[in-house]
Amino acid sequence: MIVNRKPLTFWERLYLPAIVGGFKVTLKHAYATLIQGKKVTMEYPEQKWAVPADYRGAPYLVKDQEGNTKCVSCQLCEFVCPPKAIRITPPGPTGKPADRTNAEKMPAEFEINMLRCIYCGFCQEVCPEEAIFLQKDYSLVGSNRAEMIYNKEKLLALGGTHGGIQKWKLKLEEAREQESFPVKL
Amino acid sequence: MDSILNHITNWYGSLSPTSLFCLWALIKIAVVIGVVQGMVSYTVLAERKISAWIQDRTGPNRTAPPFVKDIPVIGPFLIRLGIFQPLADGLKFMFKEDFTPAGVRKIYFFLAPAVAVIPSMLTVAVIPFGSMLGAQKMVIADLNVGILYTFGIVSMGVYGIVLAGYAANSKFPFLGGIRSSAQMISYEISMGLSVIPVLLIVGNLNLGGIINWQADHGWLVIYAPVAFIIFLVASFAETNRTPFDLPEAETELVGGYHTEYGSMKFALFFLAEYSNLVASSGMMVTLFFGGWTLPFWGLDHPAQSLGMGVAHILVFLAKMLFFVVLFIWVRWMFPRFRYDQLMDLGWRRFLPLALVNILVTAIILWMMA
Repeated sequence: MIVNRKPLTFWERLYLPAIVGGFKVTLKHAYATLIQGKKVTMEYPEQKWAVPADYRGAPYLVKDQEGNTKCVSCQLCEFVCPPKAIRITPPGPTGKPADRTNAEKMPAEFEINMLRCIYCGFCQEVCPEEAIFLQKDYSLVGSNRAEMIYNKEKLLALGGTHGGIQKWKLKLEEAREQESFPVKL
Repeated sequence: MDSILNHITNWYGSLSPTSLFCLWALIKIAVVIGVVQGMVSYTVLAERKISAWIQDRTGPNRTAPPFVKDIPVIGPFLIRLGIFQPLADGLKFMFKEDFTPAGVRKIYFFLAPAVAVIPSMLTVAVIPFGSMLGAQKMVIADLNVGILYTFGIVSMGVYGIVLAGYAANSKFPFLGGIRSSAQMISYEISMGLSVIPVLLIVGNLNLGGIINWQADHGWLVIYAPVAFIIFLVASFAETNRTPFDLPEAETELVGGYHTEYGSMKFALFFLAEYSNLVASSGMMVTLFFGGWTLPFWGLDHPAQSLGMGVAHILVFLAKMLFFVVLFIWVRWMFPRFRYDQLMDLGWRRFLPLALVNILVTAIILWMMA
């Protein structure tokens, strides 16, 4: 493409129109910022960016409506995690039974190294129990590396409650019905 | 207490005129250097604030020394204004590691910041920043060749930059140094020539004399507007400010001549740059805008009382501040000139213009005489 460059007129070559234009533009912006308060920046720690609804932030564990741990320690997220940020310690044969009545087990410990996590969302995608969700937090701070490894307790506290589809709820009701006679279902 | 005061008065009275002159000169030097350094640090703040406003930002508004937050209304306002930012900046420079890169030419590397900063401080010596305060003339050195002294000193400033570029063993400072030397030479000539009409009109090389002439006849910017424009543009080039900041040229040369410097050595370059800015503002006020005079309220003749003396100093500072703000404003307004455009402007536009200006002024003066 050939750009046709028109030769500058004498008036333009004096730089004066450009100087006047420059003063006008800068003055306009200074006026807008200083007098009208229309600045484009945000004062970060006080004002925070409102994240979009589908934002993928840090992954946290969630509880169901009854406050039980939803995770069943299947370790799929641990295997799928690309940066190997998740480490799950299963309960083993002698471990504490699951909070939920019809879950076989729950993790003895569930750690996410937030320094490694890349917020990819694979753990959320792979989880069969809807127990882990990428939430809105994007600014995690700690004063050392150990502090940035979030344990199960912390993850559950940060994650909050998330009902989801509750795929075992109907089965549980069915099982409870079986225990009384006559069977209604 | 009284006896100490008596003692000092006696000692002062016993001084010979020479030692009295030395004493006052030292006091003036200390005060002027202090004020200029203060102005420099707050010019840096002004630069950051003004650039922020022009770019729709807020600028520094966080630095808060302890307890200042607790002062009602004023405290938070000052913090928002960033008043304490220069303190933080200075402290940061002091405590940074003074790192010397491998392969530098050590002597020149250490010499360059000093060579840059000393001329910038020396320039203010001849600028009359007020008329009289008591019996003292408000100028450090009342030289009869004030302008020649200034040009001599100012042209030394380039050596610091060139040395820094030469010593740093790095291509970016080297390019910065090369550009600087070429730029300085081409603009110094126009700058020097632009002042000659002023000297022709006034017939005096003493800066105080130039101000006195302006007090009687009106500001020289009216008599020599072309000279003023050339001087203004040339001082932008002399102080390495945009649109002529080729020696620094952050976008092309990383940081230009001071890329390899850090800590206090970098701070000295910074200081030199802004002292130059303040000094050339002062020079412009002195040469073209009547120095400490104002044409009304009886401010146009040397002060008789202490109050008038202070008023004159304030008038001078206010005029200077105007040019400092102009320098800063222009930096955030224009793109950088290309190297060849810069040379073209210096040699093929301003040099002939300055020469013609001298000729025309001389002819007019000759016709009028």
